[in-house]
Amino acid sequence: MNLDLNLQVIAPALIVALSLLLVLLGEVFLPASQRRWLGYLALIGLLGAAVVAAMLWGANLSGFGKMVVADAFGLFLTLIILLGAALSVLLAFDFVRAHQLDTGEFFALVLSAVVGMIGMVTATDLIVIFLALELLSLPLYVLAAFKRADKRSLEAGLKYFLLGAFASAFFLYGIAFVFGGTGTTNLGRIAAVLGASPRSDVALVGMGLLGVGFAFKVALVPFHWWTPDVYEGAPTVVTAFMSVAVKAAAFGAFFRVFLVALPELAADWRALLAVIAVLTMTLGNVAALLQSNVKRMLAYSSIAHAGYILIALVAMGVNGAGSALFYLLAYTLTNLGAFGAVIALSDGTRERLELNDFAGVAKAQPLVAAALTILLLSLAGFPPFAGFTGKFFIFGAAVESGWAWLAVIGVLNSLISAYFYLRPVVQMYMVEPAGGWNRLRVAPFVAFVLAIAVIGVLALGIVPAPVIALASGGFLK
Amino acid sequence: MIPLPFYLVIAAALFCVGLYGALARRNAIAILIGIELMLNAVNLNLVAFWRYIKPASPTMDLAGQVFALFVVTLAAAEAAIGLALVIAIYRSRDTVNVEDVDLMKW
Repeated sequence: MNLDLNLQVIAPALIVALSLLLVLLGEVFLPASQRRWLGYLALIGLLGAAVVAAMLWGANLSGFGKMVVADAFGLFLTLIILLGAALSVLLAFDFVRAHQLDTGEFFALVLSAVVGMIGMVTATDLIVIFLALELLSLPLYVLAAFKRADKRSLEAGLKYFLLGAFASAFFLYGIAFVFGGTGTTNLGRIAAVLGASPRSDVALVGMGLLGVGFAFKVALVPFHWWTPDVYEGAPTVVTAFMSVAVKAAAFGAFFRVFLVALPELAADWRALLAVIAVLTMTLGNVAALLQSNVKRMLAYSSIAHAGYILIALVAMGVNGAGSALFYLLAYTLTNLGAFGAVIALSDGTRERLELNDFAGVAKAQPLVAAALTILLLSLAGFPPFAGFTGKFFIFGAAVESGWAWLAVIGVLNSLISAYFYLRPVVQMYMVEPAGGWNRLRVAPFVAFVLAIAVIGVLALGIVPAPVIALASGGFLK
Repeated sequence: MIPLPFYLVIAAALFCVGLYGALARRNAIAILIGIELMLNAVNLNLVAFWRYIKPASPTMDLAGQVFALFVVTLAAAEAAIGLALVIAIYRSRDTVNVEDVDLMKW
C-alpha cells in the first residue's frame, strides 16, 4: 500500500492551521498591548490560503487515498469560507477590544473552526467529514460562550454545545449504518456499492440519521430550535461568523454526501427534503415576522435561507449544486454585511438590538443606513441585488428539474420576508431619532467590510454570469 | 459466533438509553453522560459491522476499528469542552440545571 500523501490538496487548510499555531504562540509571547497584531496574522493566513486555493483551481487533485479532493465544488466553498472568515476577523478587530475579549484566543478559535470547515467541504470520506465537523463545532461552542461576563453568551454556548453534541451522535450513528450497509466510508465507493446491489435498508436508516445530523447543523425545521437562542446570545461578531461560514461548510458536506454518495437513494430523500424545505422556509419567515430583536430576526431569517438552499439540493444536478454555491456566496456577503452594520451602529458595548433602537439612524449615520438598506433588500430578494439573482438561479434549477411547486412556495415565502426585512428600514428613515445614543465614528475596518459587502452584492446581482459559471464546476468523483 | 443483530440491538438499546438521558435529565452533567452513552453505542455498532461485513476494498479493511478510535478521542475532547462550559455556567449562576438557564426563550 503506497501512502498517497498529496499535501497540495490540503494546502489551504495547512496554511490556516499554521497561522493558527503562530497566533497561539503570539498570544503567549507578545505583551497585551501588541496582541492587536495577531488579528493581522490571522488575516494574512486566511488570504494566503485563499491564494493557494485559487491556484489549485482546475487541477482537480485528490489525495490521501481519495479521502480529500480539491475539486471545483470544494474550492469554491473553501473560498466562500475564507472570505467569510476574513470579513469576520476584520469586524472583530475593534469588537474584541471594546468588549474586552481575549484577542489571541479569539482569533485562534476562529482559525481552528476555519480548518474544520475547509476539511468538511473538501472531504470525500465519511470519517474525514465527521472529524472536520467536530473540528469546526468544538471551537464554535467556545466562541458562542466567549463573552464570559455575559450570562446570555454563556447560555448560548451551553445550549449550542448540548444540542450540537446531541446532533453529532445522530450523525455518527448514521455513518455507522451507512458503513454497515455498504462496507465502506468513501463517498464514491458508497455510490458504487449502492448502485450495484439491491436496496439496502441498513444504508437507508443511515441516510435518515445522517440527514438529521446535517439538518441540525444547517438549522432545518424541525431541528432548528437552538438557532435563535444561540444567535441572540453569542457575541455579535461570532453570530456573524457562525451564520455564514458554518452554513457554507455544513451545506457543502450535505450536498456532497447526498449528491455523490447517495444519488441511488434519491427517490427516498427528494420528497422528504422538499417537505422539510417548505416547512423551513415558512416557519423561518413567519417566526421572523414576530421578532422585535434584530439578532433574533436575522436568526430566523437564516433558517429561512437554509430552506431556500435546500430547494437546490432537491433540484439535484449541476444546476442545483451551482445555484446553491452562488446563493451561499451571496448570502455570506449580505449577512456579514448586515451584522457588520449592526456592529457599526453600536455605541461602545451597547448595541442597537431592538427594532426601535434603529429609529432615525439614517440622520445620524446616513452611509451605514444606506448600506444596511441595500443588504436587507438583497436578503429579501429585490433586484438588482445578489439575493435576487441567487433565488432566481435556485428557483430556476427547481423548475428545470420538475419541482415547480417548490419554486412557487419559495417565491411566496420571499414575499412574506420582505415585510420583516423592511421594518428596520422604515425605522431608520421614517421615525424620529430617540435620544440617548452617542454619535460615533464608524471604525475603518467595519466600514471596509460594509463597502465590500455592498459592492459584492451589487456586482453579483448585476453580472452574475462569470460567478455562476465558476460555481457550476461540479464534483470530482 | 454471536450473530450480528444481537450487537446491533444492544447498540440500539444503549443509544436509546443515552437519548432518554439527554432528553429527560435536567442536570447538564447528566445530559453530557447521556450523549457519551450515545457515542459509545455508535462505537459498538461500528466495530460489530466491521467484524461481520466483508470490506469493499482491501486497503480500507481497518476503517471500522480506526473510526471507533477516532470517536473515543473525540468524545474526550467534547467532554473537556462541555465540562468547561458547565463550570463557567456554574460560576455565574450557581446552578447546572438547564431549566434555570433560561434568559432566552424560544
